[in-house]
Amino acid sequence: MRRYSAFAIVREALRHHSGWERAWTAPAPKPCYDVIIVGAGGHGLATAYYLGKIHKITNVAVIEKGWLGGGNTGRNTTIIRSNYLQDPSAAIYEKARALYETLSQDLNYNVMFSPRGVIMLAQTEHEVRGYRRTAHANALQGVQTAFISPERVRELCPIIALDGPRYPVLGGLWQARGGTARHDAVAWGYARACSAMGMDIIQQCAVTGIRSRNGQVTGVETTQGAIACARLGIVVAGHSGVLADMAGFRLPIESVALQALVSEPIKPCMDVVVMANTVHGYMSQSDKGEMVIGGGADGYNTYAQRGSFHHIEDTVRALIETFPMISRLKMLRHWGGIVDMTGDRSPIISKTPLGNCFINCGWGTGGFKAIPGSGWAMAELMARGTSDLAGPFALDRFRAGRFIDESVAAGVAH
Amino acid sequence: MLILRCPYCGVHADETELTPGGEAHLTRPGPGASDDDFEGYLFRRRNPRGVHFERWCHTCGCGKWFHAARCTVTHQVFGTYSAQTTEPPGAIIAAIRARRPDWTPT
Repeated sequence: MRRYSAFAIVREALRHHSGWERAWTAPAPKPCYDVIIVGAGGHGLATAYYLGKIHKITNVAVIEKGWLGGGNTGRNTTIIRSNYLQDPSAAIYEKARALYETLSQDLNYNVMFSPRGVIMLAQTEHEVRGYRRTAHANALQGVQTAFISPERVRELCPIIALDGPRYPVLGGLWQARGGTARHDAVAWGYARACSAMGMDIIQQCAVTGIRSRNGQVTGVETTQGAIACARLGIVVAGHSGVLADMAGFRLPIESVALQALVSEPIKPCMDVVVMANTVHGYMSQSDKGEMVIGGGADGYNTYAQRGSFHHIEDTVRALIETFPMISRLKMLRHWGGIVDMTGDRSPIISKTPLGNCFINCGWGTGGFKAIPGSGWAMAELMARGTSDLAGPFALDRFRAGRFIDESVAAGVAH
Repeated sequence: MLILRCPYCGVHADETELTPGGEAHLTRPGPGASDDDFEGYLFRRRNPRGVHFERWCHTCGCGKWFHAARCTVTHQVFGTYSAQTTEPPGAIIAAIRARRPDWTPT
């Protein structure tokens, strides 16, 4: 792999850009691999990357039904934060956030991590109490957050109307090193680094069955033929239930649609990310100037990558009260992604009832921010069979009642 | 917009009038059931990509719970029926089979 650098740009400028290589290869599948990862989204590619980088396992294939990063990795609102309440959540999300800080240098690929700061608005007395509690918990966990006053919110984001009739701003939970990153670049950067380590990234290859013998996984059947493997990682987000069905077990997961939309581009007006969880709306401004808005999730099972229009209406109606200046904006695009929701709104990174088969799923509405940490923990679990970061997120926590309850406790947008 | 016919009051209600209630026909295991059975009842879900039997409440109408058979990929509705049953009625199964000949109940 030829490295990207300022020197490379100059060199290529002088020779009509004839020397750029393909960022990753497109090989045909080999008959056998040490590890197969199903799903070339951010989490799957990050898992493969840390398997190679940290654990020196490079005979790896990443199999993708569609195209690389074409699922939820390309469908989120790119927010990165780690201000969770529960210790296991804070640990893995903070690991991810810390890895994001140096990810561009690590991958030699600009993922455009922008630690511009994230405010979670407290718009009810309950949220004020909840976020004060989270700020105290974060202080104990070593996550840098603070509860800030409405005046400070206005300093950080002047376009907010603090005195809205229905949703006054009573304060906020501020994480200065949270922010955004370029979502496609995260998938592309990991893919390029994996390919450079000799891993095979096989796109347009759907898994149609999982082969096992004596309770141990032996390989997968795909639209490009059967491929054997010693270990299998299932990292397919919304379609986890479908893969689990092939492997012969059932998950505590339901798939629902989560929606987002972007406006026409406008001049820079907002250099932080603002989340308003009471009204299920969050907003940031992309580098192109579009206002990126995330909405709520539908309450019913769906695999259709579109959501109900009334959620968009609810989100936009509430955000207009908080940000009156966006009321005249036209919306350019609107899309939905299929998110995999668990009962306690925390992810699953776990061994499965099928031997040597591992699963990483259940990230629900908050997967993008976790990509590096999730990949790190999943790789450790697959390579060593145990991982401190992944341990609390095991599948058996539902039977044992060891929930990591972020749905009730943290007031995060779900 | 998803529109379901409430089998009790006959209203064609759009989804803003309804509250989704998740998978239908979950049977609570009896006394002496194993932890595994109880975990399955509380948490494990079929979550199918295709035909799904689910519970809905006509919240802004008659307020009653009913069941619907719906495709989770296309949102095609095969029918709605009373919640006073432990399995989908024959007419609903026939309606699904008529439109999805390769569907098999699991």
